[in-house]
Amino acid sequence: MIYLKAFLFGGLICAIAQILIDRTKLTPARILVGAVVAGVCLSALGIYGPFKEFAGAGAAVPLTGFGHLLAEGVRTAIDEKGAIGILTGGLTASSAGIAAAMLFAYVSALIFRSKSK
Amino acid sequence: MQDQKDIKKTTYKDYAEKRASPSPLIRDTFLAFIFGGALCVAGQGLTALCLAWTGSEKTAGTLASLALIAIASILTGFGVFDKAARYGGAGMLVPITGFSNAMTSPAIDAKSEGWVLGVGAKIFNVAGPVILYGTLSSAVYGLIYYVLKTIIL
Amino acid sequence: MVRTVRPEHPVSVTVTAAVGGKKEWNGPLGARFDYIDESDRFGKKTWEQSEAESQAIALRLALNKSSLRETDLDAVVAGDLLNQCSSSSYGLMNFRIPFLGIFGACSTPAEGLLISTLMLDGGHYRRIGVVSSSHFCSAERQFRAPVEYGGQRPPTAQWTVTGAGAFILENAPGRVQIDGLQIGRIVDAGIDDPGNMGAAMAPAAFEAFRDFFEFSGKKPADYDLILTGDLGAEGSAILKELALRAGIDLKRHNDCGLMIYDRATQDVQSGGSGCGCSAAVMASYILPQMFEGNVGSVLYAATGALMSADAVKQGLCIPGIAHIVSLKADMKNNRGERAQ
Repeated sequence: MIYLKAFLFGGLICAIAQILIDRTKLTPARILVGAVVAGVCLSALGIYGPFKEFAGAGAAVPLTGFGHLLAEGVRTAIDEKGAIGILTGGLTASSAGIAAAMLFAYVSALIFRSKSK
Repeated sequence: MQDQKDIKKTTYKDYAEKRASPSPLIRDTFLAFIFGGALCVAGQGLTALCLAWTGSEKTAGTLASLALIAIASILTGFGVFDKAARYGGAGMLVPITGFSNAMTSPAIDAKSEGWVLGVGAKIFNVAGPVILYGTLSSAVYGLIYYVLKTIIL
Repeated sequence: MVRTVRPEHPVSVTVTAAVGGKKEWNGPLGARFDYIDESDRFGKKTWEQSEAESQAIALRLALNKSSLRETDLDAVVAGDLLNQCSSSSYGLMNFRIPFLGIFGACSTPAEGLLISTLMLDGGHYRRIGVVSSSHFCSAERQFRAPVEYGGQRPPTAQWTVTGAGAFILENAPGRVQIDGLQIGRIVDAGIDDPGNMGAAMAPAAFEAFRDFFEFSGKKPADYDLILTGDLGAEGSAILKELALRAGIDLKRHNDCGLMIYDRATQDVQSGGSGCGCSAAVMASYILPQMFEGNVGSVLYAATGALMSADAVKQGLCIPGIAHIVSLKADMKNNRGERAQ
């Protein structure tokens, strides 16, 4: 059941992004930025947390989930450490993902070379 | 005279925009839905696997994301990711795989300019805005949250 | 004021050579290329160096075909899409031929033919090489995104050709003579979408044809082929509509961007583009057809979208341009030369 929900809601978020790409002047880079900021906002409004409980990876895997991770991290850090959490919370919570992306990108750059299309 | 020319320009722009065949919306959206949904199912499956392994739900979620990032990075290296994204569109870009591709593709691409000024500088070319605006907006939210919390309590 | 020039002395194109990559090899003109590298690398490490090498190969082939040495060329006029014309400079630096680097985006091959025709007609030069190239990967890197980035293209987008064309021109009568030139004006049609360059260039092509037919006294029917540089499907359709409204009949029109790829199977959206597109089509197909006497007269208008990656990000419009070169095959001379 959770798999079906993950499929439907994850797919839905991507479908909305696709409609924005096709029908507006928004370039993919802007869509990605928009998705992360939207995730932060929805998390701030207390919507994304329950949604993630419900849709599982369908909410966690899209970049909106990355925004949620940042917002949640800030919230938890402020609750635990006070004002400094405003700055430390976001990157601390997302550090694994960002560091992994950097690491794998670098390793890929070591191994692979650009291929013609 | 100037006005007349400008009107002509806007007319041509409208004409060109109107006659340009738009991207096939239904096909694109359907494919984005399928690809994005499938990646989320994969994420769910990986989370379940990692949960069985580690026992912690939070770690499992993180590990699943890391696995997707790794797979997307390798597929980018093999030149498969961009071909899949040609069909999957937002279904490949909006999931965390798109973030990974956004880091790996400039890294591989910039190799020709060296490891510091090429790879080092350009690795954030595409993904940098995502990290910047994500962190920025979370900090703004944190500020609001902190102020509200201090006032109310 | 636009001037339509008719050279006072005979200027002829004597030999051409075309170089391409894998996608060009798989296109309808594939077998007509003189040299194909299916890896698109031309033996070099970076895409920029690959493109530079494609120019060197094209020029060397053209020289070999006509049994000329590099010292036989008085000048070479070359251009490409990359910043500071770097493919041309790096590709041709070892030739030790006096060099002029030019930029006209996809209109570069016509710009090169035009400039060298004027140089030859002026009498100061006897033999000039023209080279023009583009490379899909180096163009992606400069104008769009990293090559492996997973983006989608709108149906009006065009695919940068990996390839180069080289031409050798002489100030003597020959099989194919240049009998008309027209330098284009920059036309800003208000298009700012880099995914629709055909629409940005079509008005420039239209203006160029309108002026040419008005000033030269020639009619579209005087030509066997009216060829645009690379408007693609979208730009070609717009050009035809604009021409129809102005009462210019472009029935014999074709477009290099449509000829080089098979749009139905090659996933190139609106067609090919780039400095190598019309250069390769002219060098591999059109001019050889004229050399063989199968095509008598061609009106060649190469179009260019003169934008930079930063100008597009700054929201500026994409200015278009179209230079015209009118070519005529001398059928009698052709037979004579063959008999030798």
